[in-house]
Amino acid sequence: MTATTLFDKIWSEHVVVPETDDTPAVFYIDLHLIHEVTTPQAFSLLREKGLPVRRPDLTLATMDHSTPTTPVNSLKDLAIVGPNAERQILQMQNNCEDFGIDLLGFDSDSRGIVHVIGPELGATQPGKTIVCGDSHTSTHGAFGAFAFGIGTTEIGHVLATQCLLQRKPKSLAINVEGQIPDGVTAKDLILAIIGQIGVNGGTGHVIEYRGSAIRQLDMEARMTICNMSIEAGARAGMIAPDEVTFEYLKGRPRSPSGEEWDAAVERWKALKSDEGAVFDKEVTIDASTLQPMVTFGTNPGMVVGINEPVPEQADDENFDKALRYMQVDAGKPLIDKAVDIVFVGSCTNSRLSDLELTASILDGNKVADGVRMMIVPGSQQVKQEAEAAGLDKIFEAAGAEWRESGCSMCLGMNGDTVPSGQLSVSTSNRNFEGRQGIGARTILASPATAAAAAVAGKIVDPRIFLRSPV
Amino acid sequence: MSNKLITSKTVVLPAKDIDTDQIIPARFLTTTTREGLGEGLFRDLRFGKDDEPVADFPLNQPETQGSQVLVGGNNFGCGSSREHAPWALLDYGFRAVISTEIADIFRNNSLKNGLLPIIVDEETHAWLIANPGAEVTVDIVASTLTLPNGQSVTYPIDAFARYCLIEGTDQLGFLQSHLEAIEGFEERRTWTP
Repeated sequence: MTATTLFDKIWSEHVVVPETDDTPAVFYIDLHLIHEVTTPQAFSLLREKGLPVRRPDLTLATMDHSTPTTPVNSLKDLAIVGPNAERQILQMQNNCEDFGIDLLGFDSDSRGIVHVIGPELGATQPGKTIVCGDSHTSTHGAFGAFAFGIGTTEIGHVLATQCLLQRKPKSLAINVEGQIPDGVTAKDLILAIIGQIGVNGGTGHVIEYRGSAIRQLDMEARMTICNMSIEAGARAGMIAPDEVTFEYLKGRPRSPSGEEWDAAVERWKALKSDEGAVFDKEVTIDASTLQPMVTFGTNPGMVVGINEPVPEQADDENFDKALRYMQVDAGKPLIDKAVDIVFVGSCTNSRLSDLELTASILDGNKVADGVRMMIVPGSQQVKQEAEAAGLDKIFEAAGAEWRESGCSMCLGMNGDTVPSGQLSVSTSNRNFEGRQGIGARTILASPATAAAAAVAGKIVDPRIFLRSPV
Repeated sequence: MSNKLITSKTVVLPAKDIDTDQIIPARFLTTTTREGLGEGLFRDLRFGKDDEPVADFPLNQPETQGSQVLVGGNNFGCGSSREHAPWALLDYGFRAVISTEIADIFRNNSLKNGLLPIIVDEETHAWLIANPGAEVTVDIVASTLTLPNGQSVTYPIDAFARYCLIEGTDQLGFLQSHLEAIEGFEERRTWTP
């Protein structure tokens, strides 16, 4: 039998009608995650055509993008996000009610960023095909699922048929070998990978992250890695499931239980690339040389080690323009650059371990004068867990703002924005021009680097703050 | 004019990696319809503080008005999955986007809406970048792009996507025609999600 990749196995198991030269495959979707921003037009289409949602039981809805990060106790509290966002939120509630979809809304303790709650509830499982109208759906690949972002037209397709028309993408193996040094996080690793292969290095491909360094990571770190696959242009990112995955999923509300659990684990154990499986492309990364990473430009591939100088690039107008926008100098490191805002949150870095790391640096310290620090948990459950561990007290004592869950300042849709010209150190995933607000300047970094910047009031090597190895 | 042919002067945005946040900033995504997004297209590049038009931005120049073909730098449309990006381009009046590489989700979303993503070789691209306002013709049936000197290049396009563009086929209808196969698939699977 031919050796196949993890992706090959999941792909072939979900083909309903094979692709031909003339037509794409009809491809089955096991879990459809939906949120308020990219679905309204899809539901309108169903209404126009008089179609039901075919499998509401495989559809999971929440609200995260345009929602307030201040408490919502009644509908009046929605006014803060403005009339359009408010209308969108109310429409989501109506759509889910009319079409019989389970909505984890403001009355649910399970509400949160869609890519945080899927795994948290155990709805994200190895071997599943998962889609969502959001490019960071790649996050769920950390469990050995094939998970990818789709547009609104395709959301309509899945709602109506539970299938998509797909051509099989190519495969890219990223082998990460060696020991990740102390004080270096999964965020630093994925930023380094994007820096190496480029923001289009994965276009047309599904990435499988493999190797000894990946095996050592916990599930939250693996989610951070897979989350930013799209920042390398990839269709999806995946990591083969193992005991770490099974341990994480065991006992979660939507995980299988009893005999079904045992059967599921047996099935999941087969989900790995065979010895000798061939990938269309392969890249190898040495983890032992990694250091904390910071972006200096206006895409996530423009990234350097914290103590390294911003590179010099002759005759590159794009590069010069990015440096002008960011107000950074080629040839100099970002160290000591004064920061205005620090944001810890987003589907990349808003889980409990991210907040624990942040707290370990803030504990006994103060956010520097003139710096605003906002900490936004990935879900209401993460919020509860953080509060149970007393992290909120550490954040508040340090002078940071502690909010309700949501996408928040990652994309600034809900009014949480970075003022024009201000420099933000953000644990999110995109440093595009204007992403966090008109004229906002964004440096992407790990929660450790972000927290260190908040305390120092400037970019510093976070390792000076770490009392114990991460 | 035939809807299988697009003849237009080009607008050129030479920057690489033009992302969907630049194409349509997130604050315009609170809409619940597809219409009217042209207003937000490249909003923060077209307009400066106090909503004053940025004079040297190509879309603000008189000679680019009415253009239907946008030429962008490599890796056009990277970033988020927002279909609002092609909706905004279409609403503004564009019918085709040309680059050396177009990001996966943006390309898919464009094809679903009749915005044609055209990939050309580096030499053709360099010429287009260097010659903004050149009149080009896109033949959707032949999958060719013809330059002012008469030279034609064939661009790659998925056969099914091309068929749908030409025939105006509803892809949802195509999927629905396979409903029996989908039901059969659900019945015979060895595990249920």
